[in-house]
Amino acid sequence: MGERTAMISVRDLYKSFGDHQVLSGVNLDVEEGTTCVILGGSGSGKTVLMKHIIGLLKPDRGQVFVEGEDVVPLGDLELERVRRKFGMVFQGAALFDSMTVYENVSFPLREHSKLSESEIRKRVQDKLAIVGLHDVAEKYPAELSGGMRKRVGLARAIVRDPKIVLYDEPTTGLDPITTDYVDEMILTAKEKLGVTSLVISHDVASSFKVADQIAFLSDGKIVAHAPPAQLRASTHPVVKLFLSTWFGKN
Amino acid sequence: MTDEVERPPGRAAALTAAVAWVGERVIAGVEAFVGVLSLGASVARWMLRPPFRLENLFAQFDFVGVGSVLIVALTGLFTGMVFATQSWSAFERFGAESLVGPTVAITITRELAPVLSALMITMRAGSATCTELGTMRVTEQVDALETMAVSPVQYLLVPRVLAGLLMGPLLAMLFDTAGIFGGFAVAVLIKGLSVGTFLLRTQDIVGPDDVTEGLVKSAVFGLVVMLIACYRGYYASGGAKGVGQATTSAMVTSAVSVFVLDYLLGLLFH
Repeated sequence: MGERTAMISVRDLYKSFGDHQVLSGVNLDVEEGTTCVILGGSGSGKTVLMKHIIGLLKPDRGQVFVEGEDVVPLGDLELERVRRKFGMVFQGAALFDSMTVYENVSFPLREHSKLSESEIRKRVQDKLAIVGLHDVAEKYPAELSGGMRKRVGLARAIVRDPKIVLYDEPTTGLDPITTDYVDEMILTAKEKLGVTSLVISHDVASSFKVADQIAFLSDGKIVAHAPPAQLRASTHPVVKLFLSTWFGKN
Repeated sequence: MTDEVERPPGRAAALTAAVAWVGERVIAGVEAFVGVLSLGASVARWMLRPPFRLENLFAQFDFVGVGSVLIVALTGLFTGMVFATQSWSAFERFGAESLVGPTVAITITRELAPVLSALMITMRAGSATCTELGTMRVTEQVDALETMAVSPVQYLLVPRVLAGLLMGPLLAMLFDTAGIFGGFAVAVLIKGLSVGTFLLRTQDIVGPDDVTEGLVKSAVFGLVVMLIACYRGYYASGGAKGVGQATTSAMVTSAVSVFVLDYLLGLLFH
């Protein structure tokens, strides 16, 4: 087997807001073509970590490498170049509510490609089909269910075939059936598109289903980082307590 | 035992609280002023960079400009009528009714058109802009734009601020026209002043400088009120309540800024 390279590397990342220290020396590697889940409780800094990776926040200190390039010192224009490697699925989908589904999904193509209208239409239909949506192109986000909005969010995130897809709490607030559907959607995106995925979650069941690696964030640090099966054997008290809520105490 | 002099309880605390209250507001005001200037500089920088999204720009021209035509025309018409009615009752005591036309025209072109049309832009377009941007911020739509490598400043703010800058003078011109017509309607059609007197006296006294002053002011006001609305909306936080507070703050700050700037620009012109 060939050695995989790290698509994302985080080194000694520190971030505080006022007196509140959120990240306290995070170290993380996400290998190319894999799905890594950052697992942790509410308020543990998962979203803050993700926002550093895509350059929405600047750390107090530390480095974030994307394909070997440190994104921390980059300015607005350089960050735009790096962000084109990413697609991001937001917790609330963050669809533009003044646009239809078609306009939402085609938005990145219109901004960053010179495709013809027919090519854009075909690409949008393909991506909507991957996430299992049909006949919704002319609907507005307000007319869709929560699960459908998440799927439109994923279609928009992958429409430009990015190298990396970030998922912010993709299953939060969804019913079990829709949660299962979103999990399948993440697995399908990985299989069909070969993307590197970083998932922020506190959903243990979903994490164990979609992850190649799980990194557990607690007190601003990654306290455990392993494949799902190995993580179950972790002796770290917070990890044990967290996993016991799903797997039981034994 | 010590003979300590006792201070009235609560007096020092009340004084401290008052000083803290004033201090907090001064600091917040300075922060907002610097924030608006900084955002303005950012808007100016992104304005010059491609891509130039003309579709977004014309949509904002339509919203800020065309959408305000009726309200500005009505405000102008009735302002001119009210002003002419009040002027007439004052001037007729001295037999100087012929001055009603130029008085209305000068006041409207120099002062009332830029100030009142800016307040109309603030109430109609500024409030909607602040609420829309604030909602986009708290529902992560602004973050979504950034993650898609699209500058929110360039995509969202540049067209809105430019619309304020360019539509402000056009709406002020409309206000001028409607206001002077309102004055004409009262002086000529209702009070019976001759058309020739109204027009000739107005022509004699009102010059291009008066109109220019009003248009320059309205461009500055349009720019400032839209910039304030964008600033408050763009940095809104705290869900629906936060968006509501941001909009209230934007309205109050914009209205006060218009009056302060009107005085300062008046000093420059005179």
